[in-house]
Amino acid sequence: MTTTAAPLQPRLTDVGPPKYDKYLPPMVRKNYGHWKYHENLAPGVLCHVAESGDRLYTVRGGAPRLLSIETIRKFADLADKYCGGYLRFTSRNNIEFLLTDKANIEPLKRDLAAMGIPVGGTNNAISNIVHTQGWVHCHSSATDASGIVKSVMDALCEHFTHEDLPAKLRIALACCLNMCGAVHCSDIAILGVHQRPPKVQKDLLPKVCEIPTLISSCPTGAIRPATYDGKPSVDVIEEQCMYCANCYTVCPAMPLNDPNTDGISIWVGGKVSNARSEPRFSKLAIPFLPNNPPRWPEVVEAVVKIVDVYRKNARKYERVGEWIDRVGWPRFFALTGFEFTRYHIDDFKHAGLTYARSAHVRY
Amino acid sequence: MADAAGDEKQSNGKLNTKLLDELESGPWPSFVKEIKAAAKNNDSARDLLGQLELSYEDRISHWKHGGLVGVLGYGGGVIGRYSDVPEKFPNVAHFHTMRINHPAAWFYSSEALRTICDIWERHGSGLTNMHGSTGDIILLGTTTDHLEPTFQELTHEGFDLGGSGSAVRTPSSCVGMARCEWACYDSMKLCYDLTMHYQDELHRPAFPYKFKFKCSACPNDCVASIARADMSIIGTWKDEIQIDDAEVANYAATGLDIQKDVCSHCPGKCMDWDGKKLSIDNHDCVRCMHCMNVMPKALRPGKERGAVILLGAKAPILQGALLSSVLVPFVPADELFETIKELVSRIWDFWDEYGTNRERIGELIQRVGMPTFLDAIGLDPAPEMVSAPRDNPYIYFQAEKESEQ
Repeated sequence: MTTTAAPLQPRLTDVGPPKYDKYLPPMVRKNYGHWKYHENLAPGVLCHVAESGDRLYTVRGGAPRLLSIETIRKFADLADKYCGGYLRFTSRNNIEFLLTDKANIEPLKRDLAAMGIPVGGTNNAISNIVHTQGWVHCHSSATDASGIVKSVMDALCEHFTHEDLPAKLRIALACCLNMCGAVHCSDIAILGVHQRPPKVQKDLLPKVCEIPTLISSCPTGAIRPATYDGKPSVDVIEEQCMYCANCYTVCPAMPLNDPNTDGISIWVGGKVSNARSEPRFSKLAIPFLPNNPPRWPEVVEAVVKIVDVYRKNARKYERVGEWIDRVGWPRFFALTGFEFTRYHIDDFKHAGLTYARSAHVRY
Repeated sequence: MADAAGDEKQSNGKLNTKLLDELESGPWPSFVKEIKAAAKNNDSARDLLGQLELSYEDRISHWKHGGLVGVLGYGGGVIGRYSDVPEKFPNVAHFHTMRINHPAAWFYSSEALRTICDIWERHGSGLTNMHGSTGDIILLGTTTDHLEPTFQELTHEGFDLGGSGSAVRTPSSCVGMARCEWACYDSMKLCYDLTMHYQDELHRPAFPYKFKFKCSACPNDCVASIARADMSIIGTWKDEIQIDDAEVANYAATGLDIQKDVCSHCPGKCMDWDGKKLSIDNHDCVRCMHCMNVMPKALRPGKERGAVILLGAKAPILQGALLSSVLVPFVPADELFETIKELVSRIWDFWDEYGTNRERIGELIQRVGMPTFLDAIGLDPAPEMVSAPRDNPYIYFQAEKESEQ
């Protein structure tokens, strides 16, 4: 970092992002809205064919999301070398190089390999994990994000570089229930959870928090006004707390983080796409696994188990949730060996909608 | 343990990161290598590495609850972040995040990327997220005095801050017409138009809570709009799927089992393959995309294209997660921007009036009921809005409607 200089003049605000077509490569600009079809050349390599007959080759690489400017500059150099100075990122933190010359695909793949960037993530492969900040940059995280993602993807990398699953598989990680990563509609969701109520910091609370806002922040009404040493404060009815941490978001004097009881839950079977079945939420597979850095072996083992069982048992085109629809949840728990517990049965709002309301039982 | 480890990290000028070092090996690219790359030239990246190692030892975050920091005239775009161990890692005592509104569908020139890198080398940790969950370029870690200069350099290069807090959040879009044959409307342009139209609402939080727009140009929904956007704009078509019979036959000839792989997965059961010709009853097609995903060369969306507008998705906080639900079943592509502006102004008026603190629009609709919400925004009920009519008989009949009968 350099020392700060006088601000530039004139002071500009509200300029918005660059215009949507400013950084489009020439072939994309020429064929904008006139693409005809695409072909899959190899895992991570697509060919889009325009009505004009132009062919655009995409090479997709997995990136760690957390990138240094050193690596971004290397990506920029590759874009200059192979792509006329353009590149893009995907909605799942992948990087995509768009080539007009098919002969550049293999040299680019070699350069990416030399940088340690795997090529893949297309079609019925595992794509990159979307995730949150974790201990790298968040105050409310119940677990880290980048370390678990790295550990899980190390174990699943061959399913990124090979299209060898029944259908696409989307994994997401959020390090607390705020879900910046909105993991709630993923084939496999890794979600950081707290297990204990907030610890009210009575000295700090009256200085930094608005008590009415704090009380109304609780979705279960577990926070009640109280007075300690003549100062306004709150009590938490602990059995009513479901550890959502909304109170901590509005009031720093209500921390929930606890190294001994924070950990990870695993959810399965959600999807976002409308293909075949409707979009749906992920459902609980494992209520709690411990935080075990640096490589979270229990979490990696559980995710790999789900992927393996899915890969062996699902039919072509079945997403994880669609496969479970067909075989049933008892079979899912039997095949994975995960224990079905009281925590798997919903007891929040509209819980009855998830109870088995028929005599359809598989034996 | 923490103290000893921290002292050790500060001693002899060399960081001990034995836990994080274990995350440098393996086939997937390593974020630890990225932090170490930045740490070579940057003290804050170096202290970030040290503090993260301490978190790995202690199994807890060492960031404090955020504070209010920002640039002049904006109420968002910067997330205040402070270390809870500043004595050990003084260079991350203040380590604020800047959210930068990304170009639509994350297209860049190498020159633009280098410009951002150069600015961030001068003013921050040299670490980024490409990209954050909502889509922004995330510049990780700087101090308050660098915020304004960074902001000014960015705006002079044609970049601006993204959204945070109770504001319009940075809208995002799929790659759409730039590289996808399924684009039913221009998602990148709509995303840009919405972003520019709502600059004030994006930079100056004035809502009960956040409001997200996501533009997916077909029902594959590559930006997860139905799960993650308060307003989800999902491309679709009204008329018949375009079939190229010769290409269907080619897929069959090259080994695709069209009955099993395509027809049997059709949720509308609208497709029939007689071994030679594929026929589709388009009235029963739900526009799911499966058949096109499997045979992109043979099948294409129809020509009468537009989008379905859905409302209300959110993650669990506070009253439980919601998926967006249908508000307008079809809007022609060329009417989307005007229709959305009109709808949004009515929706925000109602939300401003009745939304409580930290209540997303989806939760407000749950609380007051969809019929009341539709009355408020002046939209007629339509059967496309529900998966089924109500199955409970507790109907709130309206007195004035009764007297009309």
